[in-house]
Amino acid sequence: MKNAVVHTWFMVGRQARNLMREPIWIVLLLVQPMIWLLLYGQLFKRVTHLPGGGFGTTSYIEFLAPAIVIMNAFFGATWSGMAMVSDLDRDVIPRFLATPVSRVSLVVSQIVRSALTALIQGIVILLVSLALGVRVHAGAACWAVVLIAAMLMNSAFSGMWQGLALLTGNEATMIAIANFIGLPLFFLSSTLISLRQMPQWMQELSKFNPVNWGVVSAREVVLPGTAWDAVGVHLGLLVGLTVLTAAFATWTFRVYQRQL
Amino acid sequence: MAEGLEKRYGDVQALDGVSFRVRAGEVFGLLGPNGAGKSTTVKVLTTLTTPNGGRAEVAGHDVVREPDAVRRSIGYVPQSSGVDRDATGRENLMLQGRVQGMSGHRLRDRVDRLLELLGIADAADRVVRGYSGGMKRRLDVGLGVVHGPQVLFLDEPTTGLDPEARSAMWQELAVLAREELLTILLTTHYLEEADALTNRLAIVSRGRVVVEGTAEELKGGLQGEAVMVELADGQVGEAAEVVRSLAEVREVSADGQLLRSRVADGARAVPTILAALDSRGIAVESVTMHRPSLDDVYLHYTGRDFHSEDEAGLLEGGE
Repeated sequence: MKNAVVHTWFMVGRQARNLMREPIWIVLLLVQPMIWLLLYGQLFKRVTHLPGGGFGTTSYIEFLAPAIVIMNAFFGATWSGMAMVSDLDRDVIPRFLATPVSRVSLVVSQIVRSALTALIQGIVILLVSLALGVRVHAGAACWAVVLIAAMLMNSAFSGMWQGLALLTGNEATMIAIANFIGLPLFFLSSTLISLRQMPQWMQELSKFNPVNWGVVSAREVVLPGTAWDAVGVHLGLLVGLTVLTAAFATWTFRVYQRQL
Repeated sequence: MAEGLEKRYGDVQALDGVSFRVRAGEVFGLLGPNGAGKSTTVKVLTTLTTPNGGRAEVAGHDVVREPDAVRRSIGYVPQSSGVDRDATGRENLMLQGRVQGMSGHRLRDRVDRLLELLGIADAADRVVRGYSGGMKRRLDVGLGVVHGPQVLFLDEPTTGLDPEARSAMWQELAVLAREELLTILLTTHYLEEADALTNRLAIVSRGRVVVEGTAEELKGGLQGEAVMVELADGQVGEAAEVVRSLAEVREVSADGQLLRSRVADGARAVPTILAALDSRGIAVESVTMHRPSLDDVYLHYTGRDFHSEDEAGLLEGGE
C-alpha cells in the first residue's frame, strides 16, 4: 500500500512533466469545445424559450457553458487510453512490469494526467464563458465544484479507457469503441438541451448516464437555485465509478500479461 | 534455471519444454530465428507472463511464486526500446532507479556514472526523442542495470542497429558485464552476436532448446575444421588419393583445382597434408582453413538453414 502511494507519486511526476513538455496539446484539444460553446451557443440561443422550458435560465450560454466543460472532460478521457496504447507499443509498460512497481500506480498516474488536462482546459473554458457573460450563481468559489465535476468525469472514463487499452492494445479498436459509446452518452445527457425537452424514455435512460451525472453537478452550481443534494449525489456517483474503473484497469494487467 | 517451460497462446505452442541452466557471472545466449520462443522464454523469466507448465528460478527465486523477489534482482531490456521518449535520458534513469527503491545521492551518483559509462553523458538532459537508435539502445541497457541487478535480460539488444552501432553496443555490454559482475541472458538471431558476446549459448528452435554449450563446444561437435588446398596444376585425382589416405583427414572432395577436406584439428593436419603432397611432387598454390561457424552448427542441429528459417519465422508474424 505504501509502495502504491510512493510509486504513484513517481509516475504522476513522469506524466505531469511530459504533459508540461507538450502544452500545445492542451490548446489544440480546446478547439472543439470552443466551437460548441461559441457557435452552437449562438445558433441555439433561443431554445431556452421553448414551451416546457426546464432550462432554469433564459441565457442558453449559461446553460451550455458548464456542460461544455464536462463534455470536454468526457471526450478528453479517450486520450488517456491512447497514451496507454502508446506506452504498451513502445514497451514502456513491459519494462515497468518487470520491476516491483505497483500496477495501480501505472493506471492512476495516467488518470491523474488526464484529469489535470481536463482541469486546465476547464479553467480556460470557464474564463471564456465568463467573458461571454456567464455567472456562477452559487458564488465564485463554486467554480471549483464545476472543475471537480470535470476532473471526476474525466477520471471515471479514463479508468475505463486504461482497461480497454490493456485489453485491446490497439488504437483502431479504441477509436471504434469511442465512436460507439461517445456520441450516444453525449446525446443521452442534458448537455445541449434540458431533460424536460427530451422524450420520456431518454429522460429515464439519462439517470443511468455518467455523462449526465457530471452535467447535472456542474450545471446546478452555475444556474440560480442550486440543489446541493443533487450535486452531492451525482459527484458521489462519479467518485464511485472512478474507483470502479480504476480497479477494472488494474485488473486488466493480469489479462494483458497472460497473453504477453 | 529453466526446466521444461511451456507456454501456449491459444493453439500456438510457443514454448514446448524449454530447459537450460545459466551459471552466475556468465553471458548466456539464446540463439534462434524469430518465432522460435526466445522472447517468450525471457518474458517468463522476467515474470512478465506466467508459464503453462514447467518451472524456472532466477537468482534463486521462483518466477511464479516469488515474482517481486525476482523483479528486484533482475534488469530487463525489452525488444523494442522501452524508454519514455518524452523524457530526458537522466529522467528515465532516475525514475527507473526510484521504482527499484533507490533514492538521494546514491541514485544520483549511480545515474551520473551510468551516463558516463554508456557514453550518453552529453545528451543526458536532452529529450530521448532526439536520440539516435544506438543511443536509445544504450539508455535501455542503462535502465536495465541502474539498480545493480544480479541478472540482466537483453531481448535482441542490437536488432535494428547499424553495424557500427552494433559493434559499439557489443563493447558496452562486454564492459558492463565485467564491471558490474552481471549474469547476462541475451536473445539474438545474429550468429555473429552470439559468437562475439556469449560464454555459452543454447540454440532454440520451435519452442525447444536443441543444443546447449559454449560456441567452441558446439562448433567442435561438428566434424572438426575445413581445410581447402588449391593445387598449382591438374593432379587433382592423385592429390585427393594422397590426402584421403592420411589418418588425420575425415572426408575429401575435389572441386576443380580445389581440394576440400574436413579434419579434426586443422593446426596439426595442415603440415601433414602439405608434407604428403610435397613428397609426391604435387605443387600447392594456397591453403586455407576455416573453423565451422555457428551457421554450420545451426544447420547441423536443426537440419534447417538459419536464414531460410528466419524468414519463415517472419512470415508467421515473429514472436
